[in-house]
Amino acid sequence: MRLTICDFTKTFDRTTVIKDMNLVVEDGEMLALLGPSGCGKSTTLFAVAGIHRVDGGAILFGKRDVSHLPSQKRNVGVVFQNYALYPHMTVFDNIAFPLTIRREGKADIDRKVRAIAELAHIGDLLARRPSQLSGGQQQRVALARALVRQPDVLLLDEPLANLDARLRLEMRSEIRRIQMETGITSILVTHDQVEAMSMCDRIAIMDQGAIRQVATPSEMYRQPASRFVAGFLGNPPIVFLDGEVTGDGGFASRGVSLPLPGRLRHLEAGRPISLGIRPEHVGTSGGARVSGQVVFVEPQGRETLFDIELEGGAILRSIQPAGDDARVGDRVDWAVDSDRLLVFDRHGNAV
Amino acid sequence: MRRTLSLWPLALLLALASAPIAIMYLFLLVDTVTNAPPGSAIPNALTLAHWRFLVDPRVTGDVWRPTVTTLLFTASIVAIVLVVSSTGGYALSRLNVPFRRFLLAGVLVMHAFPLVTLIIGVFLVLQFVGLYNTLTGVILVKAALMLPFGIWIMKGFYDTVPWEIEMAGVQDGASRFTVWRRLVLPQVKPGLFALALFAAIDAWGEYMLPRILAPSSDFQVLSTYLNAVSDPDSTTYNFNLFKSVGLFYMLPILALYAIFRERLTNIFGGGTKG
Repeated sequence: MRLTICDFTKTFDRTTVIKDMNLVVEDGEMLALLGPSGCGKSTTLFAVAGIHRVDGGAILFGKRDVSHLPSQKRNVGVVFQNYALYPHMTVFDNIAFPLTIRREGKADIDRKVRAIAELAHIGDLLARRPSQLSGGQQQRVALARALVRQPDVLLLDEPLANLDARLRLEMRSEIRRIQMETGITSILVTHDQVEAMSMCDRIAIMDQGAIRQVATPSEMYRQPASRFVAGFLGNPPIVFLDGEVTGDGGFASRGVSLPLPGRLRHLEAGRPISLGIRPEHVGTSGGARVSGQVVFVEPQGRETLFDIELEGGAILRSIQPAGDDARVGDRVDWAVDSDRLLVFDRHGNAV
Repeated sequence: MRRTLSLWPLALLLALASAPIAIMYLFLLVDTVTNAPPGSAIPNALTLAHWRFLVDPRVTGDVWRPTVTTLLFTASIVAIVLVVSSTGGYALSRLNVPFRRFLLAGVLVMHAFPLVTLIIGVFLVLQFVGLYNTLTGVILVKAALMLPFGIWIMKGFYDTVPWEIEMAGVQDGASRFTVWRRLVLPQVKPGLFALALFAAIDAWGEYMLPRILAPSSDFQVLSTYLNAVSDPDSTTYNFNLFKSVGLFYMLPILALYAIFRERLTNIFGGGTKG
């Protein structure tokens, strides 16, 4: 079911935290609400769930306006960060709870619970209590409980935050698999860019109560709409250099000069811009060159991360396939893929 | 080995300090089934005569009527305290009640008030509503005086139940009441249980309120009954009999303590198990 958020406004104690937000999640799509903590992503999620009241605008499931419906009538499945399983009930009763509330028949409940438990791979745990399950299993139960009554929308609030690194990898693909098999429109709230990029069809990136960009993961990574988006996505993070356009379609800043990407050569000279340089575009291939001194080396196994200090004092980051070609203190002269550089104007918007 | 040795002086000190109490209780027990010669504390004859009051109403008057009344008194108070504390505590813990802070502070202040400072006011109110000298009146007053403690304790237990559990229940389609009854209440059960025990023990031992607020009524609770037995001016005065009735009165409480000792400590531990 298509989810539409239209001019949504949320106020807490006369402080407006979200103003006139618009977002559409297509039928069957999984969309990530990504942003730093306090950006309003959870507030948005809770408004969709009906936990927070909507102070302005509308929320539509399909054509049904649910803005002022209580949670009970919205048919939303929610997976909370701490799973919120009912500790005094068995796994079976946990999953069956939404159905028993609807007073469905015993045989129906049994069939549905077993089917969804099968889908979530917890069929053999139904007699246990939540405290007897591992984190990953609890997560699966929470997911099964949210899905068992076939909600119109599935909401996931930082579902992987409480798992250790290995389980996180596993559950990442599991949640995606289950979401795709059920085809339920989903919103994933996360502050982890890797989760957002790997699990979702599209990402809506939020900052200070507003959506900054909505795009597919790769599009957002390659063509960030603003300096904030470029800085938020990417690990190790992008490096920004502030400077200005030079007469010959180049860029100059503190002793660094680089050619601008081909499509931006026409920018007028003297315009202040900032250049975003991703680490993977330094040191491997490309037309331009920079030279400097290696000040920091961080081997990460498959790759090695370098910080190089240019003559003007600016620091560039470079990530390269592992090798032991440069050490701290070495002078290097590395290629920069100038066609992939990101350019932002004074206000942080992409040029 | 050194550890156990070093505990000896402490154990001895504790034994000495509690000896008077232990001896007192020992004699309470012994005296109910023995006779001692005048002027001596050492018994010289076994007898069950002091327990005749259980079957023979001529000894001190019927003991079973006050017993039933006390049971009723205790059960009513426990019921009222549980119902009001479990709902009131929830409201104060979770709901956005107006004047929440004021109510919380009020509950604490009430808890701090000694009974005697309130007794005149309580007397006037009971007189006014016509419940003076009735069992209902005493039950209401006693329950009301225990409520601040009960509400406060239950609020503490509710505070430990994760907020998300309730939200999950609401998302699952349950009404707030169903959520409270089926999801939240089971998790504060240890608290409810401990509170019920405390209320029962407290109500069972209540003496002041029935004495003051229903002095001339036709009902007696065991505490006032015991008081009547202990009257030295009475013709039936017998110290061993008094001890027997006292022990009879104590037994249910001792049993409660013995059976539910661990649950009672819950009230100070608080909270749900992960």
